[in-house]
Amino acid sequence: MPSATSSQTIGPFWHLIEHPEWADLTRFGAAGARVTLTGSVVDGDGNPVTDAAVELWQADPPADEHFPGFGRCRTDQRGEFRFTTVKPGPVPGRGNAQQAPHFAITLHARGLLKGLVTRGYFDAEPLNETDPLLSSIEDPLRRATLLARPQGTNRWRIDIRLQRGAHGETETVFLDI
Amino acid sequence: MQSESEGVPFRPYAPGTQPPYDASAYGSTHKRHPQENPVRLPHTITETTGPRFSTAHFPPIPDLSVVDGKSALGERIIVRGRITDENSRPIPNTIVEIWQANASGRYQHPGDQHDAPIDPNFHGEGRVFTDDDGWYLFTSIKPGAYPWRNHHNAWRPNHIHFSFFGSGFAARLITQMYFPGDPLLELDPIFLSIPDKAARNRLVCALDMNVTEPEWALGYRFDVVLRGREATPMEA
Repeated sequence: MPSATSSQTIGPFWHLIEHPEWADLTRFGAAGARVTLTGSVVDGDGNPVTDAAVELWQADPPADEHFPGFGRCRTDQRGEFRFTTVKPGPVPGRGNAQQAPHFAITLHARGLLKGLVTRGYFDAEPLNETDPLLSSIEDPLRRATLLARPQGTNRWRIDIRLQRGAHGETETVFLDI
Repeated sequence: MQSESEGVPFRPYAPGTQPPYDASAYGSTHKRHPQENPVRLPHTITETTGPRFSTAHFPPIPDLSVVDGKSALGERIIVRGRITDENSRPIPNTIVEIWQANASGRYQHPGDQHDAPIDPNFHGEGRVFTDDDGWYLFTSIKPGAYPWRNHHNAWRPNHIHFSFFGSGFAARLITQMYFPGDPLLELDPIFLSIPDKAARNRLVCALDMNVTEPEWALGYRFDVVLRGREATPMEA
């Protein structure tokens, strides 16, 4: 049987397929309270990654004609991105496990020959303590890279570092899926 | 309506078929590749489900070669192919995103400063959907090669960028399609980043006289395989 086709970088000119409204997952009239997720992407030197496509997917609430569950946002000249969406609830894990509410986040950019996958959880969510992925990461600094921080009511922020820094700055946890 | 296979995990990638994050010959990877090992995540509903795109919300753009009735310069081409999964099942009604340089090797993008002409009649973005049997087709212009600053005298081979979503988040694929007989392929660090030679050569489309339209446009065939799901007892 054939194996999956190989990945190649999205390159620096992917903005030809960029539609800024895709960063608003509520634009088709989704029900529920809005949340924003902002953040930044930096490289191993701490410099902003200004040409990334940040993609967001959430399995909850279930996608339908009013809610795509998927969004895409460019990083700007400061390496910043911003999504508007609906806050996800808990979803089932494997076996009898339950997963804490989270976003799946994928980064595509020049210099990434394939997408980098991570997650954004919500800081201080009680279910985080028993989430299978979060509780599998022993280093608290690394685990913390998966937590979005509150910035006020319904506003969350997550900063992503592609590569460990020269002074030990913590690299974001990326996932092998 | 979601398919019954939706909760089933995807299979691991075949060894050698995917490029690494750390590819030293491609300079942009140096400060962008992770140094820590990725954390292996067995698939959950987050990875096994994925977005669906409707033509109502995402209207097709099937012809990049015409803007306002005026034809772009260059060699008109038709690209057709079939999208299947690793279990040889067609992926129906799935979105295919396309973008590329014009015939001169210039992207209509503020970041592209290559001294080659912009063509106002070339639309750099395409979007099509597969039919019920996984087939897609679009019309465009053969893109030109262009220089990039990866190393001295570096030129990208002619290529078209593709984005696929497939049936679940873990099947997401972004790649590039190349053209047969391009001597720049063997000099390109991005193409050569794929360890398995047979796998990278599958990114090279084939001239197809059945896709070619006489007196109109050359046709190329580009088939794509997305990750397949693990076999389940019900399917055995």
